[in-house]
Amino acid sequence: MWARALRVRFPVPLDRGRGFASKAGPQGKVQEVRQGTHSPRLASQGAGRVPAAKIEHLERLALVDFGSREAVARLEKAIAFADQLHALDTDGVEPLESLLEDRCVYLRSDNVAEGNCTEELLRNSHHVVEEYFVPLPGNVSLPDMVNKTPSPTAE
Amino acid sequence: MLGRTLREVSAALKQGQVTPTELCKKCLSIIKKTKYLNAYITVSEEVALKQAEESEKRHKQGQPLGDLDGIPVAVKDNFSTSGIETTCASNMLKGYIPPYNATVVQKLLDQGALLMGKTNLDEFAMGSGSTDGVFGPVKNPWSYSKQYRERQRHDEHGDSHWLITGGSSGGSAAAVAAYTCFAALGSDTGGSTRNPAAHCGLVGFKPSYGLVSRHGLIPLVNSMDVPGIFTRCVDDTAVVLGVLAGHDPKDSTTVQDPIKLPMILGEMDVSRLCIGIPKEYLVPELSSEIRSLWSQAADLFESEGAKVIEVSLPHTCYSIVCYHVLCTSEVASNMARFDGLQYGHRSGIDVSTEAMYAATRQEGFSDVVRGRILSGNFFLLKENYENYFVKAQKVRRLIVRDFMNAFDSGVDVLLTPTTLSEAVPYLEFIKEDNRTRSAQDDIFTQAVNMAGLPAVSVPVALSNQGLPIGLQFIGRAFCDQQLLTVAKWFEKQVQFPTIQLQDLMDDGSLVLENGKLTSVSLT
Repeated sequence: MWARALRVRFPVPLDRGRGFASKAGPQGKVQEVRQGTHSPRLASQGAGRVPAAKIEHLERLALVDFGSREAVARLEKAIAFADQLHALDTDGVEPLESLLEDRCVYLRSDNVAEGNCTEELLRNSHHVVEEYFVPLPGNVSLPDMVNKTPSPTAE
Repeated sequence: MLGRTLREVSAALKQGQVTPTELCKKCLSIIKKTKYLNAYITVSEEVALKQAEESEKRHKQGQPLGDLDGIPVAVKDNFSTSGIETTCASNMLKGYIPPYNATVVQKLLDQGALLMGKTNLDEFAMGSGSTDGVFGPVKNPWSYSKQYRERQRHDEHGDSHWLITGGSSGGSAAAVAAYTCFAALGSDTGGSTRNPAAHCGLVGFKPSYGLVSRHGLIPLVNSMDVPGIFTRCVDDTAVVLGVLAGHDPKDSTTVQDPIKLPMILGEMDVSRLCIGIPKEYLVPELSSEIRSLWSQAADLFESEGAKVIEVSLPHTCYSIVCYHVLCTSEVASNMARFDGLQYGHRSGIDVSTEAMYAATRQEGFSDVVRGRILSGNFFLLKENYENYFVKAQKVRRLIVRDFMNAFDSGVDVLLTPTTLSEAVPYLEFIKEDNRTRSAQDDIFTQAVNMAGLPAVSVPVALSNQGLPIGLQFIGRAFCDQQLLTVAKWFEKQVQFPTIQLQDLMDDGSLVLENGKLTSVSLT
């Protein structure tokens, strides 16, 4: 039964150019797969550059360094990719925060059931004094460091 | 023994035809023989042998714990395992030894399963190739199969043309496909279990969100992650799911619905089934071979009396974009816990806390992870929150509604491809960056995670190149057992061939007759 040649159910799309753009989709090419590495061309919005101040702001918030011009370019592509959402009308649609929103989710009762594992928890830290994790002075903010010390080399 | 189902091996263990120690030693020796696959990050040999010893005692006393007692399993390295290094294939967690077991790991151990080791993955489960971890890429065992090699030109017999496993749970997939264990745990956030299952010829199961505990699974996207299961047949998946499913007080996102156990898949009357084919999944990039198999599968159901109808999931083309925004946003939030203070890598910078945090994260995370964190933080900025993050949440509701409408129209199960093509060579895969590849490869799988539905990839047939192709079944939420019943029926129809791994056949480890595994030498 399986080996029998069966009639082809789907029409054969011979020409990639015609594509299968869904009627509900925006104009222009939506899926990145159709364009390879290039950012999708959008009807009206251009793939803008992210201003330097914003880059610094993100690095500060994330405490993660971009490290290179390529990384910034990748962010710009990611933003352009995400911009496609704006073509979709979501008026009157509630944001979906949890798949379990229609259910009652259960929390544990507020009773001590386990614990006393201080040693195990401290064991994984590199710098511990007695039963304390040891950070460094927290009153020196990062931008000052950017000026004073050389930035860590990217991997 | 290795070619049998879990229940068959379990019965053999109970009858004393084989001992847990023999099984354990055999799997350990195959792990050594297939080391070049790079499927394992940590092989927990001593632990496994000790567990085997204890299992043997129980079997001798006639008191085995269940169907998993004495069965070798592997676990993806983003599940916490007490006393065993858990790295997520990242420098950030190299040397990190959790003080507790993930709930799903604990459940397996409580049933007497033997933990063979922790498997390789893309760093922090971000990727679709299992190529981006710090321990190197995972090689697809099918690269070394007779079925694939005899179809290649002679000059391509060198090792440089090996194929990827898919990802991000590639190590778990390779471990099961190469007979180093009977089942493995993966995780599935956007297809990370189903994708490598399709590329490695395995059953890859993603349970309904809320069915299986995520406690101890190092989180990527809290609203989409689930533990996934790899096995060589659908029945085995049901055995494992029966052990893992259920409410966990330590994970408040697990539901309290009662589950009928043990999970035994019965016969199914196909003529009462309604299969839905989402038309938007027929994209030009889909390989013609997979398109043909998909079509044949639909016809197969129809010829057996099932109703097969075309359905529409109109917002499909926005799905991957929505996933991209929500995923990077949640990732940015989840990765914030890695600051070097309580666990994980800590930079040597000693000027200030923030400098130390920044340097730690620079040194600990790869480009891929850092890129996602930065993108996510961009979408979460106050000025962008409504336009990107909340917008994506609204689109997510539309996507969930699409699925609900399809099921409400009478469809029991959706049938779609799992991947766009068969496994590709590593050298080709790395030509594009991680984000581009993920956007391409997750196309059929990520919408399922957004809707929290159960889905399974079942191996169907070999391509013209001799490589596995899988198809995906998607079920209604919490109808996991019904979904697996359909998958089991289909698996029986297609009779997917056994992998003919040259190494293991040459030394007599695997003996095949007519493409079927007949026996395995345990010496």
